[in-house]
Amino acid sequence: MKTHNSSIEHLQAEFDARIAEDAKIEPKDWMPAAYRKTLIRQISQHAHSEVIGMQPEGNWITRAPSLRRKAVLMAKVQDEAGHGLYLYSAAETLGMSRDQMIADLQSGKAKYSSIFNYPTLSWADIGAIGWLVDGAAIMNQVMLCRCSYGPYSRGMVRICKEESFHQRQGFEIMLTLAQGSEEQKAMAQDALNRWWWPSLMMFGPPDSESANTEQSMAWRIKRQTNDELRQRFVDQTTPQADYLGLTIPDPDLKWDAEAGHYQFGEVDWDEFWQVVKGNGICNRDRIRQHVKAHEDGTWVREAAQAHAERKAAAAEAA
Amino acid sequence: MDAQTQQDLFEYTLRLGDDALTLGHRISEWTSKAPFLEEDIALGNIGLDFVGRARLLLTYAGEVENLGRDEDQLAYLRDIRQYRNLLICELPIGNFADTMARQLLVDAFELPYFQALSQSSDRTLAGIAGKAVKEAQYHLRHSSGWVVRLGDGTEESHGKMADALSKVWGYGPEMFITDEVEQRLVDAGIAVQREELRDGWQAQIERVLEEATLAVPDVSWQVDGGRRGEHTEYLGHMLAEMQFMQRAYPGLQW
Repeated sequence: MKTHNSSIEHLQAEFDARIAEDAKIEPKDWMPAAYRKTLIRQISQHAHSEVIGMQPEGNWITRAPSLRRKAVLMAKVQDEAGHGLYLYSAAETLGMSRDQMIADLQSGKAKYSSIFNYPTLSWADIGAIGWLVDGAAIMNQVMLCRCSYGPYSRGMVRICKEESFHQRQGFEIMLTLAQGSEEQKAMAQDALNRWWWPSLMMFGPPDSESANTEQSMAWRIKRQTNDELRQRFVDQTTPQADYLGLTIPDPDLKWDAEAGHYQFGEVDWDEFWQVVKGNGICNRDRIRQHVKAHEDGTWVREAAQAHAERKAAAAEAA
Repeated sequence: MDAQTQQDLFEYTLRLGDDALTLGHRISEWTSKAPFLEEDIALGNIGLDFVGRARLLLTYAGEVENLGRDEDQLAYLRDIRQYRNLLICELPIGNFADTMARQLLVDAFELPYFQALSQSSDRTLAGIAGKAVKEAQYHLRHSSGWVVRLGDGTEESHGKMADALSKVWGYGPEMFITDEVEQRLVDAGIAVQREELRDGWQAQIERVLEEATLAVPDVSWQVDGGRRGEHTEYLGHMLAEMQFMQRAYPGLQW
């Protein structure tokens, strides 16, 4: 028993040293159970967000206003499916099966980014999602490229390249609308009005109330706090809104020359928690569609499996 | 190019463009609905191939027509009677077996068709066809793979696959009709004689069905009309959805 304890202590010390020197932790390395659990929670939540995020954008593929926009949106949603796949694979390296992750998503045990519980009502929402939601996601993902867990960090490097293309196409949709007719400008402004605050909420609760931030920072899973990332996002996005000639729906937003940052108003955390708890417009629909696609596909997956087994048996017999 | 050839070439390019657009749109309806994530990606790829091809063809049709219509005006501002696609391309996606049955019939036709069209004397069409050949090779591998897996899978999947084939089978023969417009272009070395591909197509399908332990559907009906603008009722609903933005907000850039 004593030997066991001392070996755990030794492993823990080795792990701590690796974290301290900014080395990557790899799947076969020893890691504390809580580190593993935190990563599984975070990576699977990230994967689910990519997959559920396909729905609000997919909602406009069949109604995209030009063939170019249709093709770009199809490519973007397809990228998201790909991101979901890398992330499920990264989480699988920690010993969690994809089937289990999907079951947890469908039962509500695992979460996805709450922003996807808001509806995409107009074409401008597709622009706003690319510009704001992908913009916020990139802030977070750029940080995660330096995450201490190797497979997650490497997945993020790949994902970030595609995400920056997504953000640019979103901004370009907004720019086209902002330079268009009065109706198009109004559509763009309305989308900004509805997506601004939920985008700020994407960084998670304030540092003072974030249960996981401190430990995640110590493990170097996260490198910046929720509030730091939120501030960077506001600082980056506000001049872009000015350039578009759109008004960010925050009367308290103003440049603070001394601090070198924009000051902004209080996020409505009540709304955030309401939507997280299931009271967003689309929560139930998102899960229902995921469950339906999964159940509708059961016979297909079973057939593929049965066929593969029969082929394998035949190959063995031959 | 004489006026008759120009008119025929416009009509022909529009037909191929409409085939690609309607089928690409249908496949895009699978977004977030595929049986698993890898298949979402595969269908996304295939749908994109068709939409990309539609863009090239409709752009070229507009150039040939020379009335200033671009790909979007052709896609979004024609009503159902002006659409020229094959009926098989506009059918609803149905279940996964329905989608794969339709794809098998179309893909097995398109591969040799675009191989032949890549030799067209019209260099633009030949170029588009050359790109389509590479896509169709992958499409056919994908759809025949699934027809085999589903046919030779479980009892349930076998039944669904057989049912899907019998529902789509009668839309196949329309792919092989070469009307006067296309015949004139065949004679000019531009288009491909469709009838000549029928036996090879039939043999290809039969090989796949045999491996899939499925019988060639025993159906006596067949329909056509798409090239004349006589469509199923499904297409009007597809266009209502697809054209919504351009109809609700006319004349704007997006």
